[in-house]
Amino acid sequence: MPVKLSFTLNGRPVSAEVEPTMALLELLRERFDLTGAKLGCGEGECGACAVLLDEEAVLGCLTPAFAVDGRTVRTVEGLSSSEGLSALQQAFVSEGAIQCGFCTPGMEIAAASLLRQEPRPTPEQIRRGLEGNLCRCTGYVAMIEAVEAVNDD
Amino acid sequence: MTTETRWIGARVPKLDAPAKATGQVRYLSDLSLPGMLHGKIRRSDRPHARIVTIDIGQALAVPGVHAVLTARDIDNVAFGHGNDNNAFKNDIVRCIRDEIAAVAAETEEAAERACRAIQVTYEDLPAIFDPREALQPGAPVLYAEHPDNRPFTYSYGHGSIEQGEAESAFVVDNEFELTWVNHCCMGVSAILASFDAEGRLTLHSQTQVPFLYRRDMAAIVGMDPADIRVIQPTIGGAFGSKLDIYPFEPIAVHLARATRRPVRIVFSRQEEFRASPTRQPAIVTLRTGCDRQGRLTFRDAHVLLDNGGHTSWGATIPFVMMQTVSSLYRVPHVRFACDVVYTNNPYSGSFRGYGNLQATFAVEQQVDMLAERCGLDPLEIRRLNAQHSGEETGQGLVFSTCGLKDCLDSVARQSDWAQARSNREAGAKLRRGVGVAGLLHVGGGAKIYRSDGCGSILSIDDFGKATLVTGSSDIGQGSETVLAQIVAEVLGIDIARVRVINDDTDVKPWDVGVHASRTSYVAGNSALMAARQARDKLLGAAARSFQVPLEELSLRDGSVMRGSERLTALDRLVRSLHFSERAELLVTQAYFEPASVKQDSEFRGNVSPTYAFAAQVAEVEVELDTGVVRVVRVSAAHDVGKVLNALGLEGQIEGGIVMGMGYALSEELKIVQGMVLNPSFRDYHIPTAPEVPEIRVEFIETLDPTGPFGAKGVGEAPAICLAAAIANAVYHATGVRFTRLPLTPERVLEGLIAAGLVADLGASPCQA
Repeated sequence: MPVKLSFTLNGRPVSAEVEPTMALLELLRERFDLTGAKLGCGEGECGACAVLLDEEAVLGCLTPAFAVDGRTVRTVEGLSSSEGLSALQQAFVSEGAIQCGFCTPGMEIAAASLLRQEPRPTPEQIRRGLEGNLCRCTGYVAMIEAVEAVNDD
Repeated sequence: MTTETRWIGARVPKLDAPAKATGQVRYLSDLSLPGMLHGKIRRSDRPHARIVTIDIGQALAVPGVHAVLTARDIDNVAFGHGNDNNAFKNDIVRCIRDEIAAVAAETEEAAERACRAIQVTYEDLPAIFDPREALQPGAPVLYAEHPDNRPFTYSYGHGSIEQGEAESAFVVDNEFELTWVNHCCMGVSAILASFDAEGRLTLHSQTQVPFLYRRDMAAIVGMDPADIRVIQPTIGGAFGSKLDIYPFEPIAVHLARATRRPVRIVFSRQEEFRASPTRQPAIVTLRTGCDRQGRLTFRDAHVLLDNGGHTSWGATIPFVMMQTVSSLYRVPHVRFACDVVYTNNPYSGSFRGYGNLQATFAVEQQVDMLAERCGLDPLEIRRLNAQHSGEETGQGLVFSTCGLKDCLDSVARQSDWAQARSNREAGAKLRRGVGVAGLLHVGGGAKIYRSDGCGSILSIDDFGKATLVTGSSDIGQGSETVLAQIVAEVLGIDIARVRVINDDTDVKPWDVGVHASRTSYVAGNSALMAARQARDKLLGAAARSFQVPLEELSLRDGSVMRGSERLTALDRLVRSLHFSERAELLVTQAYFEPASVKQDSEFRGNVSPTYAFAAQVAEVEVELDTGVVRVVRVSAAHDVGKVLNALGLEGQIEGGIVMGMGYALSEELKIVQGMVLNPSFRDYHIPTAPEVPEIRVEFIETLDPTGPFGAKGVGEAPAICLAAAIANAVYHATGVRFTRLPLTPERVLEGLIAAGLVADLGASPCQA
């Protein structure tokens, strides 16, 4: 039985009709062509699918699409504005936190969620904040520095 | 002589980083074409069996299914380094991942449902899971052509082991065992195949070797290579995993051909763990000797490689292993032998380091053992045996530059070695230790094909924008940024005015591909040649036009300069060539072939034009009660020739170190009876952010005479020696020598109990 839902997506009101089994990630990628969030494992282990639900990071692959009804979803595409990259995104670029880039959207979402809860996180809090997001290229060092750099601003 | 550079050596963010930061970049799994179908593969669930029947009737009846293919439906050409693989297995499956059938359907769900509906009956055959058993008389045989289960052997030597033994005061002898490791690229394996109206094939592929891939694919699917175009969308990590063709790729082509629709195959993560190539498991038996002063006398190595059920590049890693055995430090007498044997385990491919992690794990632990035997500090024995620039090793590797000693000195300083070595106790339940390891790796490709070159085409348009079309590929490592820096430096323009095109075989000139740490060196030299030609053309034109001596001109800040006088803007000069009577466009091309040689039948010869060296020190804490090993700090020094991009280099080294830490401490595919039991990130642990140690990195610039601006390759090196350094540190902390990886808490605790450091409570923590 399809479910009708309305929600705010990257600042704009949208609606969709979804099967109850559909994951939020599939809704975003397949219906709205927002492919920034990635399917890395489908089991909630890698964090590549992370998006902000009411400004808090959730795993797109495990969150049912219907759960966003009436709420606000922000994806990596919604982090930047017409003025350009957000301070966080710019820090990821400048600090060399991006190599293959596949984990980047999820990593930025996790960082954005952390910075909202804790605007001046300690290095230890940053590490914990990124714990659920896997990266195979960078060794995380530049990512941790990128979040610190935002913190410094 | 030092010349001031604007772009070389700078911290330049990766050119595609903004597109990646905003989620705009499309990876293969983000791409679709109109009418595209989804492909799924039905794999064997038996390690060794004869396929008796395949019934696809129910699969064809699944709504949305367009095609179901098996070996019967295609011309099933054999491929791979051992010519022992096929898109679909004809009659026998030899490992659990083996491809039996495939489905193309309108949705992934339909394709999956149809795959499950395929009925396969098997007749099980006796299987081998231990490479030692594969060599026993009477062992089950995987391929009739190889009745001894040994498709490849390698044998190398220089000097005389007998003489080396006679010259030795101390000899150590150990067996080291290394296990399967998955690449864990964040982007899973995928491909998109489509035919145009005239039968030409376009492959959106993740390959690291697009031109070899095109040739091999053509042979497998029965096409003219000229009719195959390979487009490489942004790749979500490779690390060597995309150096070969794997069955899913021709399967996608066969499905696209059968359905006359584009077909995309994207692995699930579980499939990625079960059905993609691994790092090679190896049993390394090594003896090393030294004289009373600590000078190495000989190394005698035997390696047993578990090839798995088919052959991919994993079977060729002895090429690299033997280099480390023969040439890491001065070793006058060396013998290296390797047997590659078939088993019914998953098969291995190439993986960053290419056998060198395994070899270095053994070699560098024995260096420490010998240091202890002859009473030398681990750093001292390495300094004593390290080569100088200009030396040629017994295998014929010519170290045009060698910064190994500088690397050892650097890590000694960075880690405060002497102090760290003397401070082991950290309370009753905790031990501290510090260990070092060095490494040798190719630093400018490896001439294993007739050519190890790369082509470049450089054009400067009427608006002063430079476009470099390079044969090389980017797999996330940042090669396109380094190439743009080289062009910007030579042409004296802003890097924002350089565009690099590297993703389409219909456009770019030939290149071997991303492997053997070659791109900065080989593609860098190629880009440098093309850029210098463009510069010479520009300056020549300016000299003519302004009637000034050529040698007084230079390019800077987008202009032609005579000393500090600005003569004209670059774009203006280009237009004046274009719209003049000369009617000349500014386009140059170059092909760079490194001065390396293919090794002879005895594996002698200078296979790379330059070599990378490094030393890494690991400081660890070992919890005696739990066996948990924590890496607290890593100090690394890498001979990089010359820093091209400091930001990118740090990223490569940090990433390699953390990958090496995963190899050392936690990564292991648990394979029982040929089945991967931990095909998920939950059960296969790669390092996460909280586990990352403090990492210090120093670059050693040896200015290689043939490298672009003096640079050498560094892509693989950072991952190679950390496991050995960690094992040496754990020994320093506990006095227990671990010769098997990974150093999981269970394995370490077992070792500590066996050594009497911890009381045996009778049951392992898991059983309690």
